[in-house]
Amino acid sequence: MRWGRIRAIAVKETIQIRRDTRSLIIALFMPFMQMILLGYGVSLDIKHLPVCVYDREGSQNSQALLKHFQASEYFSIIAVLKNYREAKAALDSDRCRIVIAIPYDFSQKLSDSGGSTVQVLADASDDNTANIAIGYAQSVVDGFAGNLAVAAQGFGGSPAMQNQGVDLEERVWYNEDLDSRNYIIPGVVALIMALVGALLTSLTISREWERGTMELLISTPVQPSEVMLGKLLPYFAIGMLDAVFCLVFSVFWFHVPFRGSLFALFFTTSLFLVVVLGVGFLISAAIKSQVGASQIAVLVTLLPTSLLSGYAFPIDQMPPLVQGVTYLVFARYYVTILKALFLKGSGLADLTRPVLAMGIYALVVAFLAGRAFNKRLD
Amino acid sequence: MFERIIRILVKELLEIRRDRWAMFRLIVPPLVQMLIFGYAATFEVYHVNTVILDRDHSQESRDLISHFVASTRFDVVEIAGTERDVSQAIDDGTATVGITIQPRFAAFLLKGQKAPLQVVVDGTNSNTALIALGYVEQIAAAYSASQGNTYATRIPGGITARVEDLEMAQRPWFNPNLDGRWFFVPGVVGTLSLILTVSLTASAVVREREIGTLEQIMVSPIRPYEFILGKTIPFFLIGFAETALVAVFGVLWFQVPFVGNPFILMLGTALFLLSTLGLGLLISTLVRTQQQAFGANFFVSNPMFTLSGFSFPIASMPRPMQWVTYLDPLRYYLVVIRATFLKGVGIAVLWPDLLAMAVIGIGLLTLSTLRFRKALD
Repeated sequence: MRWGRIRAIAVKETIQIRRDTRSLIIALFMPFMQMILLGYGVSLDIKHLPVCVYDREGSQNSQALLKHFQASEYFSIIAVLKNYREAKAALDSDRCRIVIAIPYDFSQKLSDSGGSTVQVLADASDDNTANIAIGYAQSVVDGFAGNLAVAAQGFGGSPAMQNQGVDLEERVWYNEDLDSRNYIIPGVVALIMALVGALLTSLTISREWERGTMELLISTPVQPSEVMLGKLLPYFAIGMLDAVFCLVFSVFWFHVPFRGSLFALFFTTSLFLVVVLGVGFLISAAIKSQVGASQIAVLVTLLPTSLLSGYAFPIDQMPPLVQGVTYLVFARYYVTILKALFLKGSGLADLTRPVLAMGIYALVVAFLAGRAFNKRLD
Repeated sequence: MFERIIRILVKELLEIRRDRWAMFRLIVPPLVQMLIFGYAATFEVYHVNTVILDRDHSQESRDLISHFVASTRFDVVEIAGTERDVSQAIDDGTATVGITIQPRFAAFLLKGQKAPLQVVVDGTNSNTALIALGYVEQIAAAYSASQGNTYATRIPGGITARVEDLEMAQRPWFNPNLDGRWFFVPGVVGTLSLILTVSLTASAVVREREIGTLEQIMVSPIRPYEFILGKTIPFFLIGFAETALVAVFGVLWFQVPFVGNPFILMLGTALFLLSTLGLGLLISTLVRTQQQAFGANFFVSNPMFTLSGFSFPIASMPRPMQWVTYLDPLRYYLVVIRATFLKGVGIAVLWPDLLAMAVIGIGLLTLSTLRFRKALD
């Protein structure tokens, strides 16, 4: 391997990139577009969930409970229903996600036996939203019950009795407002980088074939590994620019807190770029030799990066076998690292395992990519 | 006209049959993906690693701990000795939830006062944290209630002094056990169908251009729309068969109920395929090589997938982003597929989604035919 030849290829590639302004604009503009679309699109937070109410009693008490729901920022009451059939239709047609049904004997039961029930019908076809909404509804109902208890105290109930029970003090660390954007956006950066890298490098070898320069390249004494390094260097620079852009955008535009060290971020991002570009190069060298490999390439990159990297779906909730598969998804390591760097403020020392795993990955991919480029015309 | 369309159709099918790996590529990866993603995609929370610090060491505190140990939602991985152990466990990620039972917990409880219990959650994964907090609240409430009853019987007149209590009965319709698979398996079917068909069609036309057979077609008397139809019909059939295969496999393997009308799902699938094929063809008129097609496919499929409501509820997006999702055919298809699987609703509810897919599909196909004509001239 000779540095002179690597540099020659890198210079040639840079000139080619500079002349092909359209591809350059795409390479720089695409991450921007994806960042905006995905950054705004990824949120699991529930606010102002549409709610229908079916108040069979219509008393002061039942209206007071509904006011509690209306006052909560998680719910907004959009319709008052008159019968059960309307409630079913409202949930069927997605008009609302939740129906609150208050029984006809609500107040009477409350004052007679001290126990009454409100019913919450939830559209659980989206189980996560339903689960969270039921939790919020529970706290609204609890709050209302607490108010009732305080009111009852005024009429001579024993104060000691109302206060008994467990007093739960909740503290959330790292992501204090439980803002799902803070959790997902670092993962989005990894996802975009994985796609951009694959796209950038996938074009580099095909261009040689297209323009007929492949024959020239093959006739030179350059070695496959030198071609790989020379071609990847300029793309590494572009990829780094994209990465910096995405990271700056998430911190300053989407206000995701960044608490870790910049050096660790820089180091792990370059490592990740090596893996991503290497994989792209590998795919690009393989596609020429096998028609239809592009289908496989799409199948093995896009969905696994979105579903198995842990950027939205927690890996520890998957069955052990699937967890094993996630170790093959290189974005997994970068997602873990980014989340820890952004939210937990970890340093390199806390991240030895994912960093080491990514390093090994980079070595294997670089080795394979160095051999993948055959200096053959057929 | 029909004869020419059929000729192209036969040619396409022959090409697929001659490619020995084509059948393998069309059948095995989607099934493997269905299997893996069906298991991977879930927001359910079970077995959260939990560290407990008991600073009271009373019968009551041990009783409360046993409630956490017994729950499938929590896995108690460590009983901490000091407060520092708790924060250490959460810092290095060995535990997500830390529960501290404060001193004099039992004493307060027996006096009928509020007994202090502290919970610390790693909020990095906001969704898991939120749901886990909900479960901690449930366990604490259940424990309070059981203690309240025990306590009430100890003092004279205790029972009559009970506070008015208000119960909330939850009725999760369409998915009574809040099973995440029921939500995601139908979603995976739709997503796989999108990714497969767009890439198939996009590369098919580009391949003709790359190997130079497009020129031969240009000089033949075939018209652009005939060529497009001849190209689209085989992929339509393949896409339809694939979607059916993946859907049946998902239903049988993951035991997801199918309560709706299969014909509505078939109609929805057909309309959805119109738009994905249209998109694939449009991409193929915009790019020159298979690799470019592959890149374009990436950049279109990724936002389509993320903004479809597959995992992130559209209602949680900012208003302008919700408008953008109206352009996404997968958005409508996921509504149709989930509604037919879980809700069993009919055309009366789903017609706007079906109509939207038809409009997008016909729009894209028309656009790509026009562009294709231009490319031929």
